[in-house]
Amino acid sequence: MGLAMMGKKIGMTQRFNERGRAVPVTVIELKPCPIVQRKTKAKEGYNAIQLGIGKRKPSRTTMAMAGHFKKAGLDPMQNLQEFRLSDKEMEELAEATSVDLSMFESGDFVDVTGTSKGRGTAGVMKRWNMHGQKATHGVHEVFRHGGAIGQCATPGRLFKGVKMAGRYGNERSSTQNLAVMDVKPEANLIYIRGAVPGPNNGLVVVRKSVKKGHKKAIV
Amino acid sequence: MDTLRQLESDQLRSDLPDFAPGDQVRVDVRVREGDKTRIQAFQGIVLQRRGSGYSETFTVRKMSGGVGVERVFPLQSPSVSGIEVMRKGLVRRARLFYLRDRVGKAARVKEKRT
Repeated sequence: MGLAMMGKKIGMTQRFNERGRAVPVTVIELKPCPIVQRKTKAKEGYNAIQLGIGKRKPSRTTMAMAGHFKKAGLDPMQNLQEFRLSDKEMEELAEATSVDLSMFESGDFVDVTGTSKGRGTAGVMKRWNMHGQKATHGVHEVFRHGGAIGQCATPGRLFKGVKMAGRYGNERSSTQNLAVMDVKPEANLIYIRGAVPGPNNGLVVVRKSVKKGHKKAIV
Repeated sequence: MDTLRQLESDQLRSDLPDFAPGDQVRVDVRVREGDKTRIQAFQGIVLQRRGSGYSETFTVRKMSGGVGVERVFPLQSPSVSGIEVMRKGLVRRARLFYLRDRVGKAARVKEKRT
């Protein structure tokens, strides 16, 4: 999987490129994430680091978690997440106590994972991008319906997984191959071209792009 | 949200003059041709200013060879190298789209004298 970082989505704004065109960007705050635990092949059977973010009140921390943080010599944190690493990456981080945004630079491609905005019960047009029906020409009462959902006596039942209305959003979602437009180490901010899942102030995970991690964008 | 507005306000430019819908303005547009840049002027009447802060845009309309031409500029864009107000207009609304339906003398805007 490779190294990744947790951060907070600040929100969207725009920047101008060298041609003076406005480019939509998402600002993400990536404060240094302390390493809470190291997992090794020798002990746990695989290589990983556990990163933490945010603050949790001691009164809201279970004794078990309090002990876990105490072992790492850190204050209790809100979110913990584990990232699998290769032997080489593990070696590079042998001395590190935290991970910061120096792993990203302008022009990198990244994948951003977050929890999408919850939309509650949504119809098929919003949830599955179906087209609905015509607003006129005699259509009545089915303007936003999806149409047929099955066949007739054969098979005489509905297939599993047919797209229908229901709960939409509030689920893990990733956007891949987003270009890093700018990195501001002094403010712990990175600017990413395009939109990112989740609400403002939501927790996001930023990692080097799985598909285009080795390439560079023209920023 | 505050952090975001803060980030934007740090970058707002202060070199632009005050102008309003109805004003006759000359916009100096930076045009890139190959590896050279030059300044091209676009002179016309401001139809509207839209949005706020870093994302504000304005629309300028001019007549070019008998054809109306409108351009929308992002106010904060570096491609807007400068704006000069040639003439202040006296208008009673913020959106001057009615000018699109008028030609010749009818498409004039009264001058604001102070």
